[in-house]
Amino acid sequence: MKKTYRIDVDCANCANKMEDAARRTEGVQSCTVNFMTLKMNVEFAEGHDPRAVMEQVRTNCKRVEDDCEVYL
Amino acid sequence: MNHKQKKMLARILVTAALLISLHFLPVTGWLRFGCYMVPYLVIGYDILRKAARGVRNRQVFDENFLMAVATVGAIALALYEGSGDYTEAVAVMLFYQVGEWFQSYAVGRSRRNISELMDIRPDYANVEQDGKLTRVDPDEVGIGTVIVVQPGEKVPIDGVVTQGSSALNTAALTGESLPRDVEAGDEVVSGCVNMTGVLKIRTTKEFGESTVSKILDLVENASSRKSRSEDFISRFARIYTPAVCGAALALAVLPPLVRLAVLDLPAGWETWVYRALTFLVASCPCALVISIPLSFFAGIGGASKAGVLVKGSNYLEALSQTKFVVFDKTGTLTQGVFQVSGIHHSRLEDEKLLEYAALAESASSHPISRSLQRAYGKELDRGRVAEIREIGGEGVTASVDGHPVAAGNGKLMDRLGIPYIPCHGVGTVIHMAIDGQYMGHILISDVVKPTAREAVRQLKAAGVRKTVMLTGDAKRVADQVAADLGVDEVHSQLLPADKVEKVEALLAAKQGREKLAFVGDGINDAPVLSRADIGIAMGALGSDAAIEAADVVLMDDDPLKIAKAIRISRKCLGIVYQNIVFAIGVKLACLVLVALGLAGMWLAIFADVGVMILAVLNAIRALFVKKL
Repeated sequence: MKKTYRIDVDCANCANKMEDAARRTEGVQSCTVNFMTLKMNVEFAEGHDPRAVMEQVRTNCKRVEDDCEVYL
Repeated sequence: MNHKQKKMLARILVTAALLISLHFLPVTGWLRFGCYMVPYLVIGYDILRKAARGVRNRQVFDENFLMAVATVGAIALALYEGSGDYTEAVAVMLFYQVGEWFQSYAVGRSRRNISELMDIRPDYANVEQDGKLTRVDPDEVGIGTVIVVQPGEKVPIDGVVTQGSSALNTAALTGESLPRDVEAGDEVVSGCVNMTGVLKIRTTKEFGESTVSKILDLVENASSRKSRSEDFISRFARIYTPAVCGAALALAVLPPLVRLAVLDLPAGWETWVYRALTFLVASCPCALVISIPLSFFAGIGGASKAGVLVKGSNYLEALSQTKFVVFDKTGTLTQGVFQVSGIHHSRLEDEKLLEYAALAESASSHPISRSLQRAYGKELDRGRVAEIREIGGEGVTASVDGHPVAAGNGKLMDRLGIPYIPCHGVGTVIHMAIDGQYMGHILISDVVKPTAREAVRQLKAAGVRKTVMLTGDAKRVADQVAADLGVDEVHSQLLPADKVEKVEALLAAKQGREKLAFVGDGINDAPVLSRADIGIAMGALGSDAAIEAADVVLMDDDPLKIAKAIRISRKCLGIVYQNIVFAIGVKLACLVLVALGLAGMWLAIFADVGVMILAVLNAIRALFVKKL
């Protein structure tokens, strides 16, 4: 399953870091962060609840980039 | 400017004012230190906080960390040496923030600019209820509802005009400024602006399925697919910062040790620590990291202004490396509007033969079938036709009024074992057999698009090595069109599957980074569109299949846009490479100068912010594509 989330982040490099962090989150099959449109496209792995996974994605993103937000 | 940017601007101005007034204030010692700490903290508190959090989260190597270490280090050195020169640290922080602010402002502006370019989202639809017009959300309008579009309003949903006539402005969709005239019975696509008359439109789709929604969806998701250049930059940034930090540490420690141990000189710790700190300031990779995605974003935005939708940065990049362009003939180089230009050797009345042909082909939406139906001109009674079988690349067999009818090319006749008379005219020939008897043939010819010749010439001028035309048509027709247009290679009488094969052969023959683009009209060529490096669909206005299957979508059906799309991509990629070379080049030069002690922290920060501003301005240039 694929979903798109709105995000807020200030710099392009930080967006790259968020992408990395999201990719490493369990239950995320693939993820691209688009800095220019401030969107995060996430593809979830089978058998994972998107809500729970996204909570974790947000936590992981905040860990690598303090000043960011993922709107769930 | 948003709230964050305004706040930042205020901080920048306050700090600049404080710094200037402190310059004229004759204070010394700890008081001086205290005075300078005020502007330093005003401008840099968030950087320090972020750096601290980064360290706590074990994300050490980022710009915030670099800036924090460099400025705190500079202040510590000033204290240690007793020079009282704190201006440098504050100024470095100030310029860094000016750069960040500018970057955020420029990105915000181009974000807005580009979304304005695609300002085609309709806000409402007018539905007539009890003789009164009510505005409703386009999402709530069902299929078959009659909506009213007044002059100046956007057509919100795809449909058919039932009443009224008007001129539609399609510029937002196609980049074409010439208005399109519509009247009752015509199909209209959403996103056009009604210019002159009131139109009543019966919707044929839901809003979510309408052209405008599909296009918006596509544009918003474009540039999520990253190009190789962007990947390169992310990878580069990942190893670059730790590498620079390591180099800075080495610069601070190694030379003094060497001087002490080998050269027997005083260590000069202050000099080398200062140089290492300056090295850190000069090393920020921001210019690179921001300008590359911004260039692609602006390039995609500029292209969509010209009526060329590109589905991702990777396709824009591939487009610039296009060396082979393969065209489908019908609907791409020719208008795909076939006209019956002759009926030969008919053993029935011409009218009757045409009637059988039109009925047999009545289920097909192929341009040829439609032209037969148009030439017949009367209402078709589909009840008279049964057992329709379409045979790809050959034709149709059906039973009309109980008579078996075969309508198709020579291959079909050969397979059915019916002898036929070949045609001398140039065009598509439909041989007709009724009850197993040859009944003559109908000649249909297609018209070459007026700009097709120029389009092929411009592609050559844009550096395309080879143009190839593929068609299911007869060899003679294909050869004549190809010679007329100046296409290098032509393959005719191809079935849809053959086209894939031909494209695969061409793909195998190309070398290195060369890319192959296939241009089709999205009808029947989805497999080829997806097999080519870049699938370009044209005339997409109103064809959802084309929008979905292709990587690049030309909104109108002008083949000149192919060359234009390539030129846009070249310009954009040119800017990307300029920025990469310029930013990395200046950065390396700075790092060398700093390491040799030829440049101080001031120059380092100016170089950093200056390069970033120039790179961003250069990136925005990708948005301007009109004169290409």
